[in-house]
Amino acid sequence: MEGLIEQPEAETAEATTAMDDIMQKMAEHKGCGTSGGSGKASCGSGAGETDLPPEIWEKVKNHPCYSEEAHHHYARMHVAVAPACNIQCNYCNRKYDCANESRPGVVSERLTPEQATKKVLAVASTIPQMTVLGIAGPGDALANPAKTFKTFEMIMETAPDIKLCLSTNGLALPDYVDEIAKYNVDHVTITINMVDPEVGAKIYPWIFWEHKRVTGVEASRILSERQLKGLEMLSERGILCKVNSVMIPGINDEHLVEVNKAVKSRGAFLHNIMPLISAPEHGTVFGLNGQRGPSAQELKALQDACEGEMNMMRHCRQCRADAVGLLGEDRSAEFTTEKIMEMDVQYDLSSRQAYQAKVEEERQATVSAKKEELESLAGEFTDIKILVAVATKGGGRINEHFGHAKEFQVYELSTEGAKFVGHRRVDLYCQGGYGEEDALETVIRAIQDCTAVFVSKIGGCPKNDLIKAGIDPVDQYALEFIEKSAIAYFKDYLAKVKSGEIEHSERADATIRQGAYIAA
Amino acid sequence: MSYKIVASQCTGCSACEPECPNVAITEKNGTFIIDPEKCTECIGYFDTPQCVAVCPVDDTCVIDNAVPRYQAA
Repeated sequence: MEGLIEQPEAETAEATTAMDDIMQKMAEHKGCGTSGGSGKASCGSGAGETDLPPEIWEKVKNHPCYSEEAHHHYARMHVAVAPACNIQCNYCNRKYDCANESRPGVVSERLTPEQATKKVLAVASTIPQMTVLGIAGPGDALANPAKTFKTFEMIMETAPDIKLCLSTNGLALPDYVDEIAKYNVDHVTITINMVDPEVGAKIYPWIFWEHKRVTGVEASRILSERQLKGLEMLSERGILCKVNSVMIPGINDEHLVEVNKAVKSRGAFLHNIMPLISAPEHGTVFGLNGQRGPSAQELKALQDACEGEMNMMRHCRQCRADAVGLLGEDRSAEFTTEKIMEMDVQYDLSSRQAYQAKVEEERQATVSAKKEELESLAGEFTDIKILVAVATKGGGRINEHFGHAKEFQVYELSTEGAKFVGHRRVDLYCQGGYGEEDALETVIRAIQDCTAVFVSKIGGCPKNDLIKAGIDPVDQYALEFIEKSAIAYFKDYLAKVKSGEIEHSERADATIRQGAYIAA
Repeated sequence: MSYKIVASQCTGCSACEPECPNVAITEKNGTFIIDPEKCTECIGYFDTPQCVAVCPVDDTCVIDNAVPRYQAA
């Protein structure tokens, strides 16, 4: 149902002003962060083996949320054992669902730690590339400490190879850092939307703190202090920390540059700026008062502004608290409690390791293909940059039919290479509830900032409509590696611009679909 | 003598359960209920009833008019 919600049109004038401000901040901020040179192209959560210290690479190489490269190959799962929350956010409505971090309303069922453990083993046996278990709610992992840590304890005993992670709003974090370390949880995500309590007061109506409901600026002052303290404590212990921030235009969009500096200086490994999900149907304060989410260009401008020495995550799918599978896919329906309880699960570590070794080979092949192609770009210098959309089912290849794509991955191509800069959700074009025409328009709106769309296959009709919209439908790289193909396409593009065959021009903005990712 | 939880409003999030100083809150069929025999409206423990303060949905933990207000001994 969420997938059908239309986003209200962005108010163009307002959006333009916000963009200018962000660009200004970006210029100011660049000086303090950009590592420059070759580091830049591979900066971001795209940071690979050669960009990171070995001990960090070991932690992130098969964590889909911490490594853009890994997210094409490795899967994650969340177990919904933590329903309680200790704060209230204006983008979350607990009565129906929580639109951003997690969505209790669409968590099909809550689990006990015992059920959760059985589920993890069942998923691990069925999806051997599932390497990460997270507890992300549907409330706050640390507002339910007994359930969260009991689950970790049981999984650590039965499936020690699975990485454990959790996400939290940070209010209770300083109290549990030792316990987090005890269970070898080496990835923690804190949602930090502000470091200025005045800004926070517009986002958080209240927190539950020391047996009282605290409201207003005071609530955000306490929350911010606890979040930053928790982050510092995690950094001291060498626990990798990702910071999630919800970009709320007009409220914290410009301020997030400050947040970025604050969390960077306290040792955060990765910053994930996500678009606000907001529609009246969600029943959230922001949804009801008409607060809009950012456009694709606004989001990217802010992410670019914050991308200095700080790694930026751009591949977040804002998934549910019970999601299962590769990012961008959700196989949770295959693992309902009823189905799991019937499954005879044998946890076979060696076959998982064997499968993962094959995944690793594939990942390496993707990286070398990209490297090889990139070398052929050496010597080309131009400031032309284009975006391309890619239909993929994973594995780092162009292997999805245009009409079957639930989302498109977006890469920015420049002479520095191909860089993953985001993804766009689209309704299932073939099976959407709309007439085909409308569905195709939706897809075009979602990728209209892209010069081309790479697919494994595409029908004649959509092909013509895409060309009319100025988007080049490309199926010549079917089943090939994404980045290698993208760089090859870009070389051709530059050659055509040079020869005058095509004229390079800036493209329009695109729409970010509302609603957390749910497979149809 | 007690607070009650409006079942149609309750999300079943369980936030109230561990906060109750009287251990009066338990789960029943996916939502939570308050035992009126145990509830003291938090009098003697806290300034505000804990279930009311922590509940994410307004007007869900409310005074149960069916029973007399709690009187501290």
